[in-house]
Amino acid sequence: MFDNLQLFTDWLTYSIFGLEHGSKMGAAVNFFIFDTIKIIILLFFISTIMGFVNSYFPIEKVKNYLSKNKLYGLEYFIASTFGAITPFCSCSSVPLFIGFVKGGIPLGVTFSFLITSPLVNEVAIAMFISMFGIKPTLIYVLSGIIMGIIGGFILGKLKLESNLMPWAQKLIQSSTQEDLIEGEKTAFSKRVFPVINESIGIIKSVILYVLIGIGLGALMHGYIPTGFFEKYISKDNPFAVPIAVLLGVPMYSNAAGVLPIIQVLVQKGIPLGTAISFMMAVVGLSIPEATLLKKVMDWKMIFIFFSVVALCIILSGYLFNIIL
Amino acid sequence: MKQIKVLGPGCAKCVTTYKNALEAVKSLNMEVEVIKIEDIEEMMKYNILSTPVLMIDNNIKVKGRVAEINEIRELLQQ
Repeated sequence: MFDNLQLFTDWLTYSIFGLEHGSKMGAAVNFFIFDTIKIIILLFFISTIMGFVNSYFPIEKVKNYLSKNKLYGLEYFIASTFGAITPFCSCSSVPLFIGFVKGGIPLGVTFSFLITSPLVNEVAIAMFISMFGIKPTLIYVLSGIIMGIIGGFILGKLKLESNLMPWAQKLIQSSTQEDLIEGEKTAFSKRVFPVINESIGIIKSVILYVLIGIGLGALMHGYIPTGFFEKYISKDNPFAVPIAVLLGVPMYSNAAGVLPIIQVLVQKGIPLGTAISFMMAVVGLSIPEATLLKKVMDWKMIFIFFSVVALCIILSGYLFNIIL
Repeated sequence: MKQIKVLGPGCAKCVTTYKNALEAVKSLNMEVEVIKIEDIEEMMKYNILSTPVLMIDNNIKVKGRVAEINEIRELLQQ
């Protein structure tokens, strides 16, 4: 699919820029150009597709359905999948969280949504496909959804309702089964322009991270010998995954910034599972997210939430290292 | 006088929507009050799920995405 792009990049690097074939500089520049173009193309495609899905996705109906029906566990799956489909903007997470709780949806189910939402999104998917291919991407998306289900289920069992902020608790008590106002009815032709505009907006908002990430990645790609990290972090080191996750939690970046670096780490010998769990920790849990959640829950609840999710990420890291 | 409310906790999309609303109002030469609501507690009174939300005279017109300037202009002229 990207063969022509590679030919173009080779031509640009070696014929136009006159860099030497096989030189470190040549490899770094070639990697930088190829990855940047490939990622921009994929970002545009995936976010446009997701934009249309979102434009037609009946958020209100799903919410009403979840709050009215007894689903015997299926509600965790629905909420988690829903978190994967909803868009990239992290600040929508809190209004949605409250909207769910207010609608009488159990806290655990709401958490399922909250866990998956930042982990699986159009940017992560586009970057993942471009760096690791379709199969690891599917595994990543599926494990993100499964993690949301399991994490939400555990958090639901912990009965944390009393750790919500008083105003949010009041909302639960007065929880109403009212139907939310239906979505806008807009013709397809009128949706195209906003969706494409939004895709361009997404690319604009992450491009700087992508360039920095790919730039760092390109340098490492050209200058760090293959297998360099194997000396320090190998699959046999049982502490590698937990350490990677603990390092990743306080850090904050979107998928766009970390993935190019992850790709190089993997090429240079870090096991894919360890690298993915690091990425999940960076993307899914962060200090900015904690401060957003602080508006709805107390510190104890945030701590428990982070711990459960971090534990799930660590476990899935081990699992990835076994199956990938 | 018409009134626009932009609801959103302050992410990039919400800021763009707010700017677009101001821009639309300016280009129409209409008297419209534009209010930005960033407080989540306040926001939840309007029963919304996804942000940003654009309301005109307390009716939700656009939600979960950025409203375009032209779009807001059309909505205001209805």
